[in-house]
Amino acid sequence: MDLAFTKEDIAFRDEVRDFVAKNLPKDIADKVAGGKHLERDDYMRWQQALGRQGWLVYTWPKKHGGPGWTITQRYIFENTCAEMNAPSIIPFGSKMVGPVIYTFGNDEQKQRFLPDIRESSVWWCQGYSEPGSGSDLASLRTKAVREGDHYIVNGSKTWNTMGHWADWIFCLVRTNPEAKQQEGISFLLIDMKTPGITVKPIIMADGGHEVNEVFFDNVRVPAENLVGKEGEGWTYAKFLLANERLGIAAIPQSKRGVEGLKQMAKSERDGAGKTLIDDASFREKIADLEIQVTALEYTELRALSAMAAGGAPGPEVSFLKIRGSEIQQRITELAVEAVGYYAMPYQPALLWHGANEEPIGPDYAHLAAPRYFNVRKTSIYGGSNEIQKNVISKMVLGL
Amino acid sequence: MDLSYSDEQKQIKEGVERFVREQYAFDTRRKIAGSEKGWLPENWAKFAELGWLGMSFSEADGGFGGGAIETMIAMEAFGSGLVLEPYLPTVVMGGGLLAAGGSAAQKEALLAPMIAGEKQFAVAYVEKQARFNLADVAVVAKKDGAGYAISGHKGVVYNAASADTIFVTARTSGGQRDEKGITVFAVDAKSAGITRRDYPTQDALRASELTFDNVKVGADSVVGKVDDGHALFEGVIDRSIVALCAEAVGCMDAINKATLEYIKTRKQFGVPIGKFQVLQHRMVDCFTNAQEARSMTLMAALKIDDADATVRKKAASGAKVQIGKSGKFCGQSAVQMHGGMGVTDELSVSHYFKRLTMIETLFGNQQHHLSRYANLSVAA
Ligand SMILES: Cc1cc2nc3c(=O)[nH]c(=O)nc-3n(C[C@H](O)[C@H](O)[C@H](O)COP(=O)(O)OP(=O)(O)OC[C@H]3O[C@@H](n4cnc5c(N)ncnc54)[C@H](O)[C@@H]3O)c2cc1C
Repeated sequence: MDLAFTKEDIAFRDEVRDFVAKNLPKDIADKVAGGKHLERDDYMRWQQALGRQGWLVYTWPKKHGGPGWTITQRYIFENTCAEMNAPSIIPFGSKMVGPVIYTFGNDEQKQRFLPDIRESSVWWCQGYSEPGSGSDLASLRTKAVREGDHYIVNGSKTWNTMGHWADWIFCLVRTNPEAKQQEGISFLLIDMKTPGITVKPIIMADGGHEVNEVFFDNVRVPAENLVGKEGEGWTYAKFLLANERLGIAAIPQSKRGVEGLKQMAKSERDGAGKTLIDDASFREKIADLEIQVTALEYTELRALSAMAAGGAPGPEVSFLKIRGSEIQQRITELAVEAVGYYAMPYQPALLWHGANEEPIGPDYAHLAAPRYFNVRKTSIYGGSNEIQKNVISKMVLGL
Repeated sequence: MDLSYSDEQKQIKEGVERFVREQYAFDTRRKIAGSEKGWLPENWAKFAELGWLGMSFSEADGGFGGGAIETMIAMEAFGSGLVLEPYLPTVVMGGGLLAAGGSAAQKEALLAPMIAGEKQFAVAYVEKQARFNLADVAVVAKKDGAGYAISGHKGVVYNAASADTIFVTARTSGGQRDEKGITVFAVDAKSAGITRRDYPTQDALRASELTFDNVKVGADSVVGKVDDGHALFEGVIDRSIVALCAEAVGCMDAINKATLEYIKTRKQFGVPIGKFQVLQHRMVDCFTNAQEARSMTLMAALKIDDADATVRKKAASGAKVQIGKSGKFCGQSAVQMHGGMGVTDELSVSHYFKRLTMIETLFGNQQHHLSRYANLSVAA
């Protein structure tokens, strides 16, 4: 057993550092460091830089145009990028639909879609949830009826993250209303410019626009956009979810969050002539959080080590998402506590548009409450924590 | 012992609840929040007409002889509808300062017109370096002829843009964190030398940063005694805490009610999600938390006028700790049980959650009041 990285790993880390230093635009790194809102173009500039290097699809095997990295290399890559304030990679193309296409798609689809995903020239979004089908996804009702060489799609999707920025959407649709729930679902790729698609914003509690409703009114989708077999969409969706589980714990981001809290506590004055970091109770709250992050990190390392040895990750990965989301939420909760009264002013122009507006409190303070409100989503999306626990109690503990 | 409301109190309760029901539908509230002042003058006129602005003041002060219980009743109902009218800064805080420390002349000039609905107040006490320590006062009031000249910065002053009079804590002597040497001034909001930066708050109220640059006030603007303002001010903040706790209880009941309704009607897997035991238990915990919050608020309202300052302080801090804990639990749980809908601006749930979050900070958060309580009770 050895915690240290090998010489090769260290050389690799230096290579990643060097690349990020040279290719991550400073304005983007500054925004990430300051917890600012990113625009489509910010994500695209960074992802395209990674794409040119062949690193955007860093989890892909070589035969599909990925770098074929080891598990350790992926880990080093993710952590190094996060430490250097690179934006998170938007997962919809590179981590979600891409692997579905190269695993279940035909050659024509691979040639048509994979290069754009590798280069990030196309923005994908995920069309799973519907107003009536959230946790119970398999009850989805958006219909796709085959007519000649097209599917006619009718229905609505919701909670589409960044759907307003998307060029393409991958959808779960019901192709056979007669079959058993899970068996009547297919996986369809749809061009967002197709007539009949309407995107409507959903405004979040913090005032931001990141999710949407997407309506389909007699949308004609070429049948060649069906991935795999009709009626097997649920299998592909489950494959995709399994892929999504690693990395969703956002451990590198949480480590950065803990450091951010320490910085805040050092600059917030405590009303006793000292700073908040001198307050033992607050210091212990940060320490407690850091211990939680460490437990999560070593859980992930155990899983990575098992995978590196060629095995499958054990049951430990199942709770990464639960604890990861709780920790992210706790970080924002403590930030609100840290900034005191200056959590109160609401500055949407500064928050959303980086307007040239003087922050009312310290520059980190106006972000605290909106982030706290926003990050409640992490225990809801990607399978709510209640659903995750149902799965663990059944699949892992056999209850 | 009898913890039930009197007939008069029941009437007040019904009246305020009716107002909230009829005038504060969630969509209406959204419009009011976006209006010029962020609250409606016609609502304020109604509050005056119905006696809600004066009910907690003694008859000698031009009020109707009620007290903390009447304030609690009104604030709870306001909380249930997320009412935006500035009752807390004007009536509870500003009015409270005048009632507790104002001279006869000040009561006549300020309190009487406030009760009549003609004057609005704001209270400027927050300072960046002070965190929640009310005695950490860097704003200075220097002797200036017969009066004083006030200079310095106060933050997050609720209702400052609408206020006619701004009450300001300032240092007239002593070191920056000495309790002795703090004086409360009633300052005309239009005085020369006051600069305001107005903004909305996370919970759709209005507040301002205020800079005082050599603002001249007369000796008659001192509320209470020179250098002895701290005890007066702390007492009023403790009373304001009880009012705020009552508002939080109203918020919690409303958010719990909305959540209960939601989990009874929202279906997944072919059944209402309220059939899932994990949500049932969480809903029960929400209910329990709200009950504890209600109990602590009532306790505090009953003890807040105790002659023993320690009893009063413990009551306020104890209630504030409970409200912080319960408010966070009910708010986070409501969002979680609403699923995606809980994090949207569209439903009222997120708005109650935001208000509860700001309430947790206002007048000192859980941690602050837990330490204060521990020092008063456990260490004593
Ligand atoms: C910000 C955000 C971004 C999202 N992005 C996307 C996206 O890009 N694409 C997409 O397709 N979807 C997306 N989603 C949707 C997300 O996956 C759903 O919100 C999630 O699956 C929960 O569904 P729901 O919101 O309908 O809540 P519901 O399923 O109605 O759940 C409500 C509550 O009931 C609980 N519950 C439900 N069933 C059970 C059970 N059996 N046992 C115990 N408790 C239960 C839940 O845990 C939750 O607390 C996003 C959601 C959010 C909030």
